[in-house]
Amino acid sequence: MVPILQAVSISKSFGPIEVLGGVSLELEPGRVHAVIGENGAGKSTLMRILSGHLQPSDGRLLWEGAPIRFAGPHDAEQRGIVLIHQEILLADDLTVAQNLFLGREMRRGLLVDDAAMRARTAQMLAELGTAISPDAQTRNLSLADRQFVQIARALLVPHRVAIFDEPTTVLTPVEAEKLFAVIARLREAGVAVLYISHKLGEVKAIADSVTVLRDGRHVATTPAAELEPADMARLMVGREMAKLYPAKVPATGDTVLTAEEISVPGFVADAAFTLRAGEILGFGGLVGAGRTELFEGLTGLRPCRGAVTLFGEPVHFANPREAMQAGVVYLSEDRKAKGLLLDEALRPNLTLAGLGRFMRGPFMDTGAEDEALSQAIRDFDIRARSRDLLARQLSGGNQQKLFLAKMMLLAPRIVIVDEPTRGVDIGTKQQIYRFIAELAAKGVGVVVISSEMQELIGLCHRIVVMRGGQIAGEVSSNDMTEDAIVFLATGVHDRLAALAAHPA
Amino acid sequence: MSQVIPRLKTATLGWRPDMRALSPFIALVALIVLGTLLNPDFLSLSNLTNVVTRSAFIAIIAVGATFVIASGGLDLSVGSMAAFVAGSMILVLNGMGGSDGGTLAMGLAVALVLGAACGLANGLVVTVGRIEPFIVTLGTMGIFRALIVYLAAGGTITLSNFGLRELYRPAYFGQVAGIPVPVLAFLAVAAIASVILYKTPFGRHVVAIGSNREVARYSGVPIGRVVTLTYVIQGLCVGLAVLVYVPRLGSATPTTGLLWELQAITAVVIGGTALRGGTGRIWGTLVGAIILEVVGNIMVLSSLVSEYLIGAVQGAIIIVAMLVQRSLQRER
Repeated sequence: MVPILQAVSISKSFGPIEVLGGVSLELEPGRVHAVIGENGAGKSTLMRILSGHLQPSDGRLLWEGAPIRFAGPHDAEQRGIVLIHQEILLADDLTVAQNLFLGREMRRGLLVDDAAMRARTAQMLAELGTAISPDAQTRNLSLADRQFVQIARALLVPHRVAIFDEPTTVLTPVEAEKLFAVIARLREAGVAVLYISHKLGEVKAIADSVTVLRDGRHVATTPAAELEPADMARLMVGREMAKLYPAKVPATGDTVLTAEEISVPGFVADAAFTLRAGEILGFGGLVGAGRTELFEGLTGLRPCRGAVTLFGEPVHFANPREAMQAGVVYLSEDRKAKGLLLDEALRPNLTLAGLGRFMRGPFMDTGAEDEALSQAIRDFDIRARSRDLLARQLSGGNQQKLFLAKMMLLAPRIVIVDEPTRGVDIGTKQQIYRFIAELAAKGVGVVVISSEMQELIGLCHRIVVMRGGQIAGEVSSNDMTEDAIVFLATGVHDRLAALAAHPA
Repeated sequence: MSQVIPRLKTATLGWRPDMRALSPFIALVALIVLGTLLNPDFLSLSNLTNVVTRSAFIAIIAVGATFVIASGGLDLSVGSMAAFVAGSMILVLNGMGGSDGGTLAMGLAVALVLGAACGLANGLVVTVGRIEPFIVTLGTMGIFRALIVYLAAGGTITLSNFGLRELYRPAYFGQVAGIPVPVLAFLAVAAIASVILYKTPFGRHVVAIGSNREVARYSGVPIGRVVTLTYVIQGLCVGLAVLVYVPRLGSATPTTGLLWELQAITAVVIGGTALRGGTGRIWGTLVGAIILEVVGNIMVLSSLVSEYLIGAVQGAIIIVAMLVQRSLQRER
C-alpha cells in the first residue's frame, strides 16, 4: 500500500542545535502509527513538520508518493492533515457549538446558521460517545470534555491523516476508552493516524506500528505486536530500565493529619481520612471527582468546612500562607498556570514561596538565592542549559523538578502532590517516585493525587478513591488492584477501563 | 512536550542587549538630537534643567504607577487625586494661619497622609471588593475631581499666607549643589522605589502577582495585602508630587492635574513596563516622564506642530510605545 504521508530522512535544526536528525516515517491509510520518546526526543518537532507548522531543514515529505512542501498548517489541513493539540485551545466564553465552528461558521446568507451548527455539533459529539451539550459554555466543561470538544473540532474538517499529540493526558481510563473507540473508527474509515504518547500501555493496545525516537534520532520502527511496553521503555531510554517504583518501606509513624466531615461547597461533601508520618497516601478517582478541590480546600486555597487535626492540634487554614507556615504544602496539578512563573528565570521561581529564608535585614540576599538554586539543580537533577533560562524554556520534567524544589524549600512536614508526573518523561518519573519515597522515609506525610492507577499502586501505602465529591472507599496492600480502584471510582466493574490506563 | 526547542536558540547566542530596557534611553537620546537640530537653544543648560524640573511631578507619580502596573493593576485616579490633595493641603495651611516651619511641616504631612489614604481607599475597594482596578479608579477619579471642584467652589484655592509662600518656595524653585530640588526629589523617590521593587520580598511579590496571580496565590503570597500596598505607594507618590507642585503656583484649581493619569501611564509604558504586569522598570519610567516633557519642549521651541496639540502627541506616544513593546516581545 502506498503511504499517504511519508517523511524521508527529515532533519530540523534551530541555529546550531539539531533537534531532529534523519527521521523517516510512513503513515498508511487505515493504520495507527505511534511515535514514542522521552521529552526532548523530537516528537513534537516531527509532528509540527508533518502538520505544516515547521519546515524541515533537510529531507523530504511525500504526499501519496509525490514530493510536497506545505506552505503552512492551513495548507496541510486543506489536504486533510488534522492535528489534535495536547493543550486545550478553546475560547472559554463560547458555547461548545460556537467553538467547534469558530472561524468556519456555517452561514445562511449573511447570518450564521446556529441551528445547523448545533445539530452538526450534537452529531459529532454523539459519534465520539460523549454526552456534552452543544449549548454548554466551554468554561463549565471538565478538562476531559474540553479535550473531546477539541477532537470534534479537529475532525470536523475532511481528514485523511489525524495526528494526536498525547491526547489522553487529561483523560480518565473510561474517557480514554472512548477516545480509543474514536481512533478505531477513524482507522476503519481508512484514515492514517499518528499517535504520540507517553503511555506505553495504550500504545501497545491501539497502535499497529511504533516508531521510537531518542535525542532526535530514529531508533526503531517495529510492528506493535512485536513490542512489549518494557521493550519500548528500554528503546526510549537507551538503557535497561531499573525498577520504576522504589521499594516500599512500611509506614509506622504516628497519625499527623486527621480530616473529618470536610466539605468544599460545590465539590466535596463529608470527606474524611487520616495520614501518618512517613506514609504515602494515594488519592484516586476520575477527573472531577473532587480530589484536587478537597486538598485545595484543606490548604486554604478555596472555602472549606470541617474538622482538621494537624499534629494533634485543631487547625483551619484561611489561606495557603497559613498552611505553609504550619508545614503543609500543596503542589498543583497545573504547574504551568499555578506552579511556576513561566516568564521568570529559575531563581525567582525557586524562592518565591520561601522568600523569608533569603533575607539579609530587610533586603533579598541574591547570593543565598543563587546558592539555593545551585543546590536545587544538584539535588533535583534539574537539567537546564543555562541558569538564566526562563521557566518556560525548561522541559515538562524539569519544570516539575523545579516546582518540587520550590516547595521543598519550605521544609514541609506534609506534602500534597497533585498529578506529580503529568506530561513528564519516564526517566523523570522514576526520579520523582524515588524523591517521593525518600521524602516519606524522612518522616514526611505525603499525599499523591493521581489519575494513573499504576502509579498509585506502585508508589502508595494506601489508596483512597473518590467518586462524585465523596470518598468511595479505600484500598491497601494486596487489595490495591486497578480493578478495585476502577470499581470504587466508577461504581461499575470495567476490565476494559482498567486496560486503558496501563501507563509505562 | 511543548515547543521548548526553538526558544533555546536565543540562550545559545550569548549576550544580547535587552532592547526593552534600553529602548527608552535610546529614544531619549534620539529626541535630544532632534531637538538640537530643530533649535540649538534646546541644548542650553537652562532649558534642559527647566525641562527635567518640570517632569518631576509626573515622574514621581509614575514611579508609584510602576508598582501598580507591575502588579497587574491600573490607577486612573492619580490626576484628580493630586488636585484633591493639593487643594486640601492648601486649605489646611490657610486654616492653621501660621507662617512658621511647624505649620508648613504639618501641611506637608497632611498631603502625604491624605495621598496614602486615597491610595488605601483605591486598594481596599480593588482587593476587598474584588472589582476591576480600571472601574474602581475610574470611579474615584470622578470622586476626587468633584471634591476639588466642591472645595474650590468652582474657583481657585490659593495659599494666602505670604510668609508661608516664601518659606515653601524653595521646594520647587530651590537648588542644592546646582541641582533643582524637584530633580533631587524624583531621583530620591526613584532610588528608594527601585530598592523596594528590586531588593525586597514585597517587590518580588508585586512582580510575581503581575506575572501570574494564581501562581503567586498558590505560592502563599498575600495577594490582597501586596496589591493594596501598591495603591498606597501610588497615593504616597501622588502626595510627594503635590509637595513639589504646590509651591510652583501656590494654588489648586478644578483643572489641576488634568490628564496626569494619561501622562503617568504613558511614562510607565514608554519606560518598558508591560501594561499587563509582571515587570517594573523604575528608571525606565523616569526616562519616560522626561521624554514626555522633552517632546512638549521641542513642540514649543520648534514650529512643527502647534503646542495646543500636545495632548494628541502624548496620546500618540503611548500607542506607539505599545506597538514597539509588542514588536520587541515577538522578537524574544
